[in-house]
Amino acid sequence: MSSNKKYWKSVEELNENSSVVEALKQKEFVQEIPVDEFLGDKETLETSSTSRRDFLKYVGFSTAAASLAACEGPVIKSIPYVVQPDQIIPGVANYYASTIANGYDFASVLVKTREGRPIQIQNNELALTNGGANARVNASVLDLYDSQRVAGPKKNGDYSSWTEFDSDTISGLNDAVTNGKDIVLLTQTFASPSTSKLIAEFKEKYNNVKHVIYDAISESATADAYENKYGVRGLANYDFSKASTIISVGADFLGDWQGGGFDSGYSKSRIPSHGEMSRHTQFESNMTLSGANADKRVPIKPSEQKVVLAKIFGAITQTQIPGKLADHIQAAVDTVVAELRSAGKNAVVVSGVQDVNAQALVLAINEALKSNAFEPHVTIKTRQGNNADVMTLVNDMNAGSVGALIMCGVNPVYSLPNSEDFISGLSKTDMTVSFSMKEDETSSRVQYIAALPHYLESWGDVEMKTGHYGLVQPTIRPLFDTKQFQEALLLWNGNTATYHDYIKNHWTSDILGETSWNDTLHDGVYVSDANDKYEFLEKSNVIDLIGSAKTLGTSKGAEMEITLYPKTGMGDGQQANNPWLQEFPDPLTRATWDNYLTVSESDAKKIGLYLEPSTFFNQSSHDATGGLNGKYANVTVNGVTMKVPAIIQPGQANGSIGLSFGYGRTLGLKDEMQTGVNAYDFYVDFNPVQEVQIEATDGKHEFACVQLHNTLMGRGDIIKETTLEVFNSEKASVWNPMPVVSLNHIETPVTSPDVDLWDEFDRSIGHHFNLSIDLNACTGCGACVIACHAENNVPVVGKEEIRRSRDMHWLRIDRYYSSEDSFEKDDEKKDNIKGLGSSLSSFAEMESPSANPQVAFQPIMCQHCNHAPCETVCPVAASSHGRQGQNHMAYNRCVGTRYCANNCPYKVRRFNWFLYNGNDEFDYYMNNDLGRMVINPDVTVRSRGVMEKCSMCIQMTQKTILDAKRDGRLVNKNEFKTACSAACNNGAMVFGDINNKDNDIVRLKNDERAYHLLESVGTKPNVVYQTKVRNTKK
Amino acid sequence: MKKSYQRLEDNSTNNMKQVKYRNSVSKLRLFGSVFLLALSLSLFAQDGDPTKGKSLFNTNCAACHNLDKKMTGPALRGVEARLANDEGLDRNWLNSWIRNSSALIKSGDAYANKIYAEYNGAAMTAFPQFSDQDLSDILAYTAQEKAQPAAVAAASGIPSAQNGSDSGLTNNIILGALAVMFMLLAIGLILVKQTLRRFAVANNVEIAEATKGKSLWKAFIQNQFLMLIVAIFFLLSSAYFVYGYLMQVGVDQGYQPVQPIHFSHKIHSGDNKIDCKYCHSSARVSKHSGIPSVNICMNCHKSIYEYNGEVTDEYSKEFYDAEIQKIYAAAGWDDVDQQYTGETQPIKWVRIHNLPDFAYFNHSQHVSVAGIECQTCHGPVEEMEIMYQYSSLTMGWCINCHRETNVKVKDNEYYTKIHDQLSKKYGVDQLTAAQMGGLECGKCHY
Repeated sequence: MSSNKKYWKSVEELNENSSVVEALKQKEFVQEIPVDEFLGDKETLETSSTSRRDFLKYVGFSTAAASLAACEGPVIKSIPYVVQPDQIIPGVANYYASTIANGYDFASVLVKTREGRPIQIQNNELALTNGGANARVNASVLDLYDSQRVAGPKKNGDYSSWTEFDSDTISGLNDAVTNGKDIVLLTQTFASPSTSKLIAEFKEKYNNVKHVIYDAISESATADAYENKYGVRGLANYDFSKASTIISVGADFLGDWQGGGFDSGYSKSRIPSHGEMSRHTQFESNMTLSGANADKRVPIKPSEQKVVLAKIFGAITQTQIPGKLADHIQAAVDTVVAELRSAGKNAVVVSGVQDVNAQALVLAINEALKSNAFEPHVTIKTRQGNNADVMTLVNDMNAGSVGALIMCGVNPVYSLPNSEDFISGLSKTDMTVSFSMKEDETSSRVQYIAALPHYLESWGDVEMKTGHYGLVQPTIRPLFDTKQFQEALLLWNGNTATYHDYIKNHWTSDILGETSWNDTLHDGVYVSDANDKYEFLEKSNVIDLIGSAKTLGTSKGAEMEITLYPKTGMGDGQQANNPWLQEFPDPLTRATWDNYLTVSESDAKKIGLYLEPSTFFNQSSHDATGGLNGKYANVTVNGVTMKVPAIIQPGQANGSIGLSFGYGRTLGLKDEMQTGVNAYDFYVDFNPVQEVQIEATDGKHEFACVQLHNTLMGRGDIIKETTLEVFNSEKASVWNPMPVVSLNHIETPVTSPDVDLWDEFDRSIGHHFNLSIDLNACTGCGACVIACHAENNVPVVGKEEIRRSRDMHWLRIDRYYSSEDSFEKDDEKKDNIKGLGSSLSSFAEMESPSANPQVAFQPIMCQHCNHAPCETVCPVAASSHGRQGQNHMAYNRCVGTRYCANNCPYKVRRFNWFLYNGNDEFDYYMNNDLGRMVINPDVTVRSRGVMEKCSMCIQMTQKTILDAKRDGRLVNKNEFKTACSAACNNGAMVFGDINNKDNDIVRLKNDERAYHLLESVGTKPNVVYQTKVRNTKK
Repeated sequence: MKKSYQRLEDNSTNNMKQVKYRNSVSKLRLFGSVFLLALSLSLFAQDGDPTKGKSLFNTNCAACHNLDKKMTGPALRGVEARLANDEGLDRNWLNSWIRNSSALIKSGDAYANKIYAEYNGAAMTAFPQFSDQDLSDILAYTAQEKAQPAAVAAASGIPSAQNGSDSGLTNNIILGALAVMFMLLAIGLILVKQTLRRFAVANNVEIAEATKGKSLWKAFIQNQFLMLIVAIFFLLSSAYFVYGYLMQVGVDQGYQPVQPIHFSHKIHSGDNKIDCKYCHSSARVSKHSGIPSVNICMNCHKSIYEYNGEVTDEYSKEFYDAEIQKIYAAAGWDDVDQQYTGETQPIKWVRIHNLPDFAYFNHSQHVSVAGIECQTCHGPVEEMEIMYQYSSLTMGWCINCHRETNVKVKDNEYYTKIHDQLSKKYGVDQLTAAQMGGLECGKCHY
């Protein structure tokens, strides 16, 4: 049924003459579309002959043309040398032995170069002294390719020429002589025999010369004490491998104490052999690497360290020393003294207290003990700075008595606490010259910047310890128009020789004796018998030791004390523009891209720096994404106040806080690297310990921390550990039990083929690689992390990405704190949990670390499981297993499903969220040609959207195999290496082929301490860990 | 256990000048000696055998002397006549100069000293072993008139062209004959048919006209089954071709770019039989075969300044000579003064064989360890006037070869044990590269 009903839409329609209805009939949308507004000038538009259709045609054509053009492969040019140098064969690496001596780090190194570019720093195995490159030394190769380097000499901020520089400086020096003003050389510690000679000659030529040596982080007090006693400026050497009892009072000897380099000796005595290992007790305020590795750690305030040292001295020398210690500290001191007495000459005491009295006591104690590890006749020469001289210089400059100031390798405007005085002094100095690689805080304020070459472009020599020499040789032609300080000295001295000839002459005439110069240059190191002949000028003025001890014993502390310390990754801050080091996670806090105040939990609560743990409803200490947050504190030292973020550091002594040097740089580095605050502002009188006022302030700081869970939750099978006592008395099955699973209600070891999901593959033919990691020898220093970066082109992702847990480190060193006093008690606590209620409360408790926890480090990389869970879930078979035991990753095959990462029980796979190479969003080093020169050409640079992970350095194992094949020989004993195992000079990482019974790895794999990570999962990893044994006494 | 660290010091003097000294002193000496040759009388030279002389000359003198061009030593064509005419020196003088020039210089001979000074005191190697006959042979060779290279080229060109057309001719003749035969056959058949038809018409025999049914075309269109089959066939075949097209994207087999210098592998490794690894020496030890640096070219091209081999219309002697001049420009070699100017100009070759970055390939593994001929992958390089990519360089191509090629175990201690064990395990006599693990992803992708 149809109807003629008429529907109307609005009242308006009832009005027949309505214009609105008519308008709507004609045009539904009556408003004019403002085409002109967004298309611009209407007139132009109308006169244009291009119609919309034409436009579409053009778009279509250009799209088609672009896609067609994309089908064309790029034309790649190859440009060979005109004359190929004999040594360079494209594709074959050359190695040069050299030495780093940047004023802070001194080490003999081996430089790997490819096609004439240095790409990696390795350990020089021929070196007996400081042959172990730490994380910073490993990263130093990237400093060479720093895009912020000064490209040539500068005069008043503009590029100038060396000719001008030479003539200007010579006339400046002559003016200073004419005016009777001082010429001052303000330099880093060179420890260089030839430079010393050059400076002596310089002093002769211009007789009013002063040479001031300045170490940014000073060991001046220690050097003073040594000089007082032995008449030579330097530091006493220690060999920790000879010590069975190690007592450290505030000395982070596994860090940068006395220039570092003691860790390999320490690790030797830490591996239990014949039932024995060293016992290490640490008294300290900040949690340091040494404290973390100690068998017993006593957290005490810095002021108490002095008292402890005085008490130990008193007990050893049977003297009554005044002063009072808290009972538990006194008890610890008593234990230590007893241990020292029984160990006798096998004991050693070291201290990091920057106080002449304290250091005099240390020398006296070790002498009284007749300690084997104490080697005073070997003088460490790598810290010669003199605080008093530096302060005098600043005064002289302000008094206008300095005619010429020539600096090299120092950045006092950044690193002096009274940098304002220094800056004003600079303006009152007639001529200021800075030899510097960067236009940094100091060099940007001087008249002349003399562009300095990197050590990999320089000649040089070093005497690190008495009789232990190293040579520095260039490994690449200078990248920029640079000049060494020594070359300038030669010029000023009127000597026309090159610095290379000068060193060679000096060495052949004075140092080498019969040894050949070429051999020495090849080895990079030379050990003379100088220290055998060395006789001490034991000073006649006897030091009043007892007086010193009494002064120390009665030293008073403040309510809150700060200890300034160098961070493992950043040192004194001269490498602040190095993205590898900025992204290097601190071994203890695991935070990157920052420095911060380390505060104990109870102090944090007291001051108001504590953030409640995050819950589902309230994100406080951590964001929903997991990012760690911190509160800010206003910290005041000596009238200087800074706003610093605070991080809770378990083990930090109550009443003390810590802050690291090396951050807060402002000039000569990229914006991304300008992180943290400058702790040197607090470094009053070069004393790292200061009285401090602290108060909480507004704001929330976002940390980029790579480890968000700090405790093991009682899972003792992840880091297996035992005590020396149990280790010696019980069977391995007690302290290193094999996990069992139930098979027909019978407990069966997980390694049994009966309970395995997979069929075993026979790997007894050919090579089968295993990596052993000894948790006793690993100090957590992180050299392997940077070595892995350099070898495997691991990208730097930046702070924001790290905070999103997108770090790319193939090798990480997990650090765990115990929640109870020890990990053992954690395990007990977990085992005693019964019922839901108890489990909820106990597990919650176990999440927070103890106030003075035990610490364990565990390097984790891909475990190369023989039965790998990642391989079975890859839909495109990008992850597969090789016969040699390596888990392969074919990047070009990967489509980025990330199933493998989800299925990996060890969480070692890393996903490339972005293209980090050649992307200006990641302005670190891979986006400029200079920075890319560090890339290892044998390893693919991964792109966006693919998974990557540790390959067990398959490029290195393949190269070793190929070398053997080409020579027609078998692979030598222990010839296989990975980047991490080669970088580890503590003997913690050993890599090798278990099918060759001669290799060390075979013994380690079958060692009774050996276990696999998460063995119960049945993955059969090819990485094996050695149970940690602690020398704790009940 | 010392590693082979090098000293950069050894490196520091590497610049163009070094090449100067690379030409050993002996060459300089030779230079001088040829000079002496120039002093004998051509009249007496005619008794020698120029053919023998040529071979002696090439063996002993050519490193420093050329007949028509001043090199390390003077040009020697007609040296005996020149000396006799200009200096009045006879063959005895020449002989004594060649046998021991330094003695002659010491004796104070005026012309000997003049020459010695003119060539910057470069002493000529003494050749006391030459008999008088040898010397007269050599001098006979130097006394020959210069041959016209064009004539040589033409002479050598014509026979080869004839050879080429010879074989072509026979083929063409056979084909032509066949075509004619077929044509005749076809004409014959048509004629037979016409004749038969005429007979039929004449005899009133009715020829049954084929009934006109549906055209095949229409029937085909109406048969849906056939249409389906055809459609499927078309889809499948187009899919096949699209797949084939996609599979060759990025595969540059046959890639033959124009190079900045027309370098003919045919002339170098084909005609002159230079070993590949003379120039591509790093193939023995490195992952890269390496493009030779210009100083390697100059090892030979210092004395080879012109091309005297076969020419074609496209590549004439002038063309090749101009290419040699390009090397001189790159190396900064002044061919007239026979010295380096120091103004070098690296050659920007276009790279032909490009493996993607994610594939690792090592030449030394294949060349030194496996002993594979370069031609296995690079094709008949010795026949390539212009170099091109012979193989596809795809992964399938690599894998195939790994599957088919046996590992070269002989005299390689590395393989002895592993080969024994593995071949027993797989029950074969000879292991292929694949069985040795050459198919594992991680062996080439890392």
